[in-house]
Amino acid sequence: MEFFDNHKKLFGTAFGLFAGLTIVVAVLPAINNQRRNVPLMNAVPLSKEAAAGKDLFIANGCVACHTQQVRDVDMDKVWGSRPSIAADYALNTRLDFWRNTATLMGTERTGPDLSDVGNRQPSQAWNLLHLYQPRAIVEKSIMPAYPWLFKEVDSVQKGEVEVIVPDKYAKGIHGKIIATTDALNLVAYLQSLKQLPLPSGMPSPNFLYKKETKTNAAGTTSKLPDGASLYTTNCQSCHQPNGEGMKGAFPALKGSPIVNGDDLELYVNIIMNGYQVPRPEYATMPAVGTNANLSPEDVTAIINHEKTSWGNNAKTVTVDQVKKIMDNIKITPKN
Amino acid sequence: MNNANIFSQSGILILLFLVAIPVVAAAIILIIKARAFTIRYLKRKEQEKFYMGLKNMSPEEVQQLEQRKKELEFSLSNNELSGNTMPSDTRGLVNNINHKEDLRFISSKKKGQQRPSIDPHLSKLILWFLGCSVFWLLLGTSVGEYLGIKFTAPDIDHFSWLSFGRLRPVHTNMVFWGWASLAMVGLCYYVVPRVSNVPINSIKKGYYTLYLMNASVIIGSIFLMAGINNGGGEYREYIWPVMGLFGLGIIISLINFLRTIAKRATKEIYVSNWYIIAAMMFLLTIAFVAYWPSWQNGLGETIVQGYYMHQGVGMWFMLLNLGLMYYFLPQQLNKPIYSYSLGILAFWTQILFYTLIGTHHFIFSAIPWWLQTVAIVGSAGMVIPVVAGTTNFLMTFNGSWKKLSTSYTLPFYLIGIIFYFVGSLQGTAEAFRFTNLIWHFTDFTVAHSHLTMYGIISFMLWAFFYTIVPRLTGKEPPHITVGAHFWLALIGLLFYTIPLMIGSTMRGLMWLDGKPFIDTVSFMAPFWLWRAIGGTLMWLSHILFAYNFYVMVKSREEFPIPTTPSEILKAKQALA
Repeated sequence: MEFFDNHKKLFGTAFGLFAGLTIVVAVLPAINNQRRNVPLMNAVPLSKEAAAGKDLFIANGCVACHTQQVRDVDMDKVWGSRPSIAADYALNTRLDFWRNTATLMGTERTGPDLSDVGNRQPSQAWNLLHLYQPRAIVEKSIMPAYPWLFKEVDSVQKGEVEVIVPDKYAKGIHGKIIATTDALNLVAYLQSLKQLPLPSGMPSPNFLYKKETKTNAAGTTSKLPDGASLYTTNCQSCHQPNGEGMKGAFPALKGSPIVNGDDLELYVNIIMNGYQVPRPEYATMPAVGTNANLSPEDVTAIINHEKTSWGNNAKTVTVDQVKKIMDNIKITPKN
Repeated sequence: MNNANIFSQSGILILLFLVAIPVVAAAIILIIKARAFTIRYLKRKEQEKFYMGLKNMSPEEVQQLEQRKKELEFSLSNNELSGNTMPSDTRGLVNNINHKEDLRFISSKKKGQQRPSIDPHLSKLILWFLGCSVFWLLLGTSVGEYLGIKFTAPDIDHFSWLSFGRLRPVHTNMVFWGWASLAMVGLCYYVVPRVSNVPINSIKKGYYTLYLMNASVIIGSIFLMAGINNGGGEYREYIWPVMGLFGLGIIISLINFLRTIAKRATKEIYVSNWYIIAAMMFLLTIAFVAYWPSWQNGLGETIVQGYYMHQGVGMWFMLLNLGLMYYFLPQQLNKPIYSYSLGILAFWTQILFYTLIGTHHFIFSAIPWWLQTVAIVGSAGMVIPVVAGTTNFLMTFNGSWKKLSTSYTLPFYLIGIIFYFVGSLQGTAEAFRFTNLIWHFTDFTVAHSHLTMYGIISFMLWAFFYTIVPRLTGKEPPHITVGAHFWLALIGLLFYTIPLMIGSTMRGLMWLDGKPFIDTVSFMAPFWLWRAIGGTLMWLSHILFAYNFYVMVKSREEFPIPTTPSEILKAKQALA
């Protein structure tokens, strides 16, 4: 055919087809999205520190293992209270003339999603130690350690933040470990990653592919969820698998008067709304229960797990007791 | 910092084992090299000694040799029975004669065919492209191997330049833009003028492309390790000025090829050139769209990223390799392609469907739902070009299966074609919403990209290497090391991908089941170990490949020592 034997016509057509499709599936949708790129009303730009931290996050390729997107599927519920929407990424613009926009949505989840990590793990002490040596705080982690973001000094000056390294990882350290500005900025960025509540009236997309709730045939109330598993997901990274916490940072649950005592209202309140231990060296506990949207069944399972593990041997509680307290808590607004 | 105590005992052993393999291999190679050197030295000494003796030879000895030569050369006239008509092989039809008394441990394969000679200058350019690509393959996969080890031993080093997040893009970009791309462009310099039946327009421009592409990979890799990157889109980690060098190199060669094709001596444009020119035009389009430095705010970046990363693999690597396949496979089988029309159908359908599928990397994300659906439909449509291509190649193979056992190149072709089918259809399967639910974000994607970029692209490229390098240099690689390269690469790839696919499927199911995240990390440990073992085998195969390439390219000094009387006499004559 004449058409196929004319290189100008042939290659011109192939190029035209490809370029046309490119415009339809990539260029126009991207431009369209960019034009309607409006952040949520309550969105705040990154602070100077957090912006510097984001640069470090990009430079070190953290996106290779950490996503920042809560998909609209039920299994992603653990990473945020609602699916991510386009407006969540609207504040991301080109970094500069040399570097592209970094929405950092990611394609691999070798490590946890970070969309809402600022709510889930706000503690600076936890984040710093975790950056210095992830395995010091999450034993099974395979995340790289970032010791070059820290400095060894003889004594800690005012304004410097010390990282207490557990003995196991402190070999060869003679002085004290302090965080550099880089480390503090990176943590500031992680702390800034919070899912914003949608303005009232704006519908949130639903989570799809919901797990079927298991009710047994007899119709009786189903058994409590697995407390050990919930503990691993929500509590373990601070209070540790052995319930002993971290010396000087996170209190032990083993032998704890609150866990083993009878003040259930205080106990439930701590899980739902967080806690400031009245000792300065301890980190503030975030509102784990509220953030993770734990149900009374979940909270009961966690409490009973903690009351009966690591040598603790206290009386377990029932869902009804916990539910009553949680209903009361809900009336009093947070903060 | 001393963290040795935190490795579990078995972790250290495994790591040592992994590290020991390449070290032992290197030691063996070193010993072999040293031995060869000694032997060559002794031979030279022996030769010198022989010539000393030759000088002092007495006339009687010479006479004796003459006499003996005569005796030895006595033979019947060979026409006692047949008369005066001599049997002869004037057209050189009898070749490759097997001697029954040889003990053969390795079945001997056919020699590469001698082809019409290529301009030695062009041949040198092509060998430079291929040589550089071999270097990037070795370096790039060494980095990959190290990354695989890091999954098993995260505290193996604490240098910022070698940390996982920085090295990962170094590995992917180096094997993409260094290994595969340089090899492909080099092979194009062989194919484009050959199927156009004219000399290449300019050899000098080829060198510009060579320099620019290499510069891009060198600078890009250093930048990535120093923490300078483009903001995290996969395969788009080089910043635009660095990728600009690469693009400029492609522009220069594209113009060079277009001018060659415009001058072609054939009326029609062979289908290989369709694929090759299209791939180069599309790569430039993709890079232009994705790198233009003044747009892509918010989700615009993600939409372009989905488009870019998938068009990069499908419209550059895959399309160009298919073009090369349409030339090399018929060449190597010595028969025409089964169906020219199927090749054309595959060409247009690939453009039509492949362009649409980019956003299937962001299914269930915040990008528009209709765009996700288009991507899924496009992924399903990809069945057409893939089946058309595979059928075409396999039907070309059909009737020549027996050649498989006597060729050292055809197994690479066949495996490449098989993975083309398997890997591409696996991609289609991954795009569906439910499978995406389980597999997305897991290492399944990593397994898939190795099955395709390695199983398809690298195997095809190796097939082409072993086909043309002997034609360019006239030297064959040792069959045993080609065989070892093939088997190590194939078994390594299977060890790498299969456990990873099993493990990540189960990990996805655990996520679906709401299991604690950290439990799914420790669950993957054995699968990551298998990946490291498979990766080591693959890496070893590349060392053998590099050795084979070296043998095919390197010219060697020889030390012939005359042994038969006629040779000795000839040498004596030459001396006098």
